[in-house]
Amino acid sequence: MMDEGRKIRVLVAKPGLDGHDRGAKVVARALRDAGMEVIYTGLRQTPEQIVAAAIQEDVDVVAMSILSGAHNYLFPRVTQLLRERGADDVLVVGGGIIPDEDIPGLQECGIAAVFTPGTSTGDTVKFIRENIKR
Amino acid sequence: MDWQEIVSRALSREVRAVSRLISIVEDRRAGFEDVYAAIYPRTGRAHVIGITGPPGSGKSTLVDKIAAEYRSRGKTVGIVAVDPTSPFTGGALLGDRLRMQRHSLDNGVFIRSMGTRGHLGGLSRATSGVVDVLDAAGYDYVVIETVGVGQSEVEIASLADTVALVQVPGLGDDIQVIKAGVMEIGDVFVVNKKDRPGVERVVAEIRMSLDLAGKYSGHHGPATAMAAATATATATAAIAANAWHPPILQTMAESGEGVAEVCEACDAHMRCLVTDNALVERRFRRARSETMKIASDLIWRGLADDARTLGAAEGLAWKVARREIDPYAAGRDLRELVVS
Ligand code: B12
Ligand SMILES: Nc1nc2c(ncn2[C@@H]2O[C@H](COP(=O)(O)OP(=O)(O)O)[C@@H](O)[C@H]2O)c(=O)[nH]1
Ligand SMILES: [Mg+2]
Repeated sequence: MMDEGRKIRVLVAKPGLDGHDRGAKVVARALRDAGMEVIYTGLRQTPEQIVAAAIQEDVDVVAMSILSGAHNYLFPRVTQLLRERGADDVLVVGGGIIPDEDIPGLQECGIAAVFTPGTSTGDTVKFIRENIKR
Repeated sequence: MDWQEIVSRALSREVRAVSRLISIVEDRRAGFEDVYAAIYPRTGRAHVIGITGPPGSGKSTLVDKIAAEYRSRGKTVGIVAVDPTSPFTGGALLGDRLRMQRHSLDNGVFIRSMGTRGHLGGLSRATSGVVDVLDAAGYDYVVIETVGVGQSEVEIASLADTVALVQVPGLGDDIQVIKAGVMEIGDVFVVNKKDRPGVERVVAEIRMSLDLAGKYSGHHGPATAMAAATATATATAAIAANAWHPPILQTMAESGEGVAEVCEACDAHMRCLVTDNALVERRFRRARSETMKIASDLIWRGLADDARTLGAAEGLAWKVARREIDPYAAGRDLRELVVS
């Protein structure tokens, strides 16, 4: 009926060996509280696993968190795999400890936005609502 | 992709198409009834297994291991894992997949998480449809993990061919298993976390209530010895006796211990359903419950969508609120209006 239709579905993922998961959990909860369906897959996921999960779950957004410094490899790898599987209609965002100078390069690789410490989760919610591609 | 193409690709188990089809059915997107009509003739082949039990009892861990066991036998598995949607925000944190991620690169396993989306049983309104999609896509087993609270047991009983009821030791002195109605729906009883103290007691309690219900044959030795052999023996005996006696199995889902026996028991149950001609009966019950639900949805929708009935409903509600008529009388009036 009125509002039964679509919900925004988000995969919150922690790629690589990075064990810092507080940020990912904070973001997951914030998105849930904003009315989204959040699938949390836990620590130590490979880009391949993340993409497979994103496809099976038919998510609108993949949201990744990295604090270990491996973002320049892991984030672009995920967007590349999504493209290869024909799933480039998925919005990809990232966050964590990411130096400002790395952000333009990541955006070029298809990471729509990067949220670093200090940004409010409200900004993330707003960004997702305004930018999902459907 | 138009919907015909999505359907034909999904029917040949192309992952992206299966997943999109599930979204169409779950969200009731435009055209979903056509899609449903197209896939329905291809359903009915999967063995649908429901896993229910209290939150934290190890259902997700068990489902993960069940999938691994069936995969090792060359079977494919679709998984539907349901978690609660917050009634306040409409959002949901779907965490079951966390325990199943090792299957994510295996093409023979498809995992889908769902929120209950306001539906009050232990499933979502669309769970049945999602099961049908996975069934039509050709997965040999479709395993459903319920929320594990509320009316889960009842709902899953009308959806699954085989229901496995998970219990654990240490949930307090209240005898969890004797909750009204629950014993009736368990086809297989799983006592998980056998590494914890109190397993024997849970087994004994289940056995006792099965005895009371006249369902447990009770000739199969001490519960501690219940293993593969027993599951099979129980199954064989059950078929011979033309009735199913639910086995009580102990597992340690985390290590996988006892999980092969759970799979064995589910398969034995299916064989028994087939031999007894009881499968037809179960599937009929599911079809009936689904049909009634859809019909009442449609009727309700007609009510809520039609300005005339909506106006009438409002007027009647005011009369009820002012105590001019009682709610049953108002309900009857409204029904007259809708069916006329
Ligand atoms: C707490 C902490 C830990 C805890 C982690 C506990 C846990 N389970 O998470 C422990 C003690 C285990 C730990 C260990 C280590 N840590 Co540490 N740790 C921190 C610390 C102090 C805070 C991180 C944190 O939890 N912040 C709170 C959360 C809520 O914030 P956040 O993650 O930044 O998330 C916010 C934003 O970034 C953003 N965000 C984050 N992710 C995402 C994702 C999306 C999609 C979006 C939209 C937004 C978003 O939104 C969040 C809310 O605003 C930071 C320093 C710092 N100031 O950040 C170091 C830090 C991250 N750790 C660091 C290091 C080096 C380590 C160790 C390697 C140390 C060691 N030598 O053993 C280990 C590695 C552990 C491992 N297995 O990976 C370094 C990383 C350096 C780097 N990147 O180059 C840091 C930066 C400290 C430093 N200055 O050196 N650590
Ligand atoms: N001790 C013990 N813990 C287990 C066992 N199986 C699962 N668990 C743990 O129980 C917790 C809940 O498991 P989960 O599968 O998420 O339960 P669910 O809520 O029923 O899906 C997790 O921490 C599991 O690791 C087991 O056999 N023994
Ligand atoms: Mg679970």
